[in-house]
Amino acid sequence: MAILGIDRVGKVFRSGQVRVTALHDVSLSVEPGEFVAIMGPSGSGKSTLLHLAGGLDQPTSGRVYVGGRDLAAMNAAVLAHALRHQIGFVFQSLNLLGSLTAAENVALPLELDGVRPKAAMSTARSLLESIGLAAVSDRFPHALSGGEQQRVAIARAVVGGRSLLLADEPTGALDSLTGESVMTLLAQRCAAGCAVVLVTHDVRHAAWADRVVYLRDGRVVDEAMSQAGPESLLYPGRT
Amino acid sequence: MSVRHSLLAILDAGPMHGYGLKTEFEAATGDVWPLNVGQVYTTLGRLERDGLTTSVADSDGQRTYTITPAGRAELHWWFDTPVGREVVPRQELAIKLVMAMRAGPEVVAEVVQRQRIATIRSLQELTRMKAAADAEGDHAWLLMLDAFVFQAEAETRWLDLCEARLAAWQSESGQRKGSGMQPQAPRARPEPLPERSS
Repeated sequence: MAILGIDRVGKVFRSGQVRVTALHDVSLSVEPGEFVAIMGPSGSGKSTLLHLAGGLDQPTSGRVYVGGRDLAAMNAAVLAHALRHQIGFVFQSLNLLGSLTAAENVALPLELDGVRPKAAMSTARSLLESIGLAAVSDRFPHALSGGEQQRVAIARAVVGGRSLLLADEPTGALDSLTGESVMTLLAQRCAAGCAVVLVTHDVRHAAWADRVVYLRDGRVVDEAMSQAGPESLLYPGRT
Repeated sequence: MSVRHSLLAILDAGPMHGYGLKTEFEAATGDVWPLNVGQVYTTLGRLERDGLTTSVADSDGQRTYTITPAGRAELHWWFDTPVGREVVPRQELAIKLVMAMRAGPEVVAEVVQRQRIATIRSLQELTRMKAAADAEGDHAWLLMLDAFVFQAEAETRWLDLCEARLAAWQSESGQRKGSGMQPQAPRARPEPLPERSS
């Protein structure tokens, strides 16, 4: 079963007499462990689609399913619980709490879910260790590099076994090599079974995905699955 | 691509037979540029003629090639000299887009989108190959794949710009029609790219 199902979703923003249609009849299905990138020019509806997928906004038409459940059919409390347990968010702005260490930031969602602080910290430390950040567990965000902060933010987004990670331009402010380390981490989370939906302008980062969905003017205009093998890539005409 | 300097770079690490140089070059460049044996021996003959290598024949007739001090100086000159960009390569895609402009904006849009998706697919495969090269510790191959990735990225960024310019021109053209002004004749060629600000 798809972890994320977007079924003929439309979104219209209204401001006084002005109506702006951000999404037209968009459908998208993401399987567990799948890595999907969403690309498109500015204003094509990428971030709107991600917000609808994460329940941060409601569609004007169509349905959004997470884990097979219709988000529109849930009341606010059920929705908040479902989102917190199933979906992690990563944005370009990191939103780490400056008064907490890296491990405490990662442990926070678990504690909010009622996990005892000692157990939450233990889980957070194990997760940071598994992504090569054991050495910075006890540092505060201001003492971390941009790449380390973003990887801590990703750890916080996936801690507790969330099955869907929604990332909006998570590499926007990072240099090439650090951005690549963030993409490596996202790919590792996919290999561990977490689905990732990445919104990005950067085609180098989108290329890490199994599937690239291209939006223009609020519509899906193309999808790229990786099909070409290395032979056809490096020696065109030889296959 | 300089086979001559690449062979000197391999010989800088130690003497080698001609066939060994061929396989070493191909392995270092991930078999992207296969060399034929004849090309290797022709180049080795020229290097020796120019005093950049010497060779001795083994008892079985195979020749072992060694770099000379002049060869090392030539190699260092190569490393010290930036690769020139003054030779404009034939850009089939640029030519195709310019020609598509004669057929109409919808044709340009189709060419841009088809190329973009094809390039993204290539990038997906290159990215997988990079992950494998990284895991195997094949650093030379990883650097080469990085170069292909950035070239492909540059192409998609250029396609994005072409598309945005086309949309802007169409919008301008639509506004002129709406205001009763005569549309300008289409440009024979796009404006030159602006200088990058630092």
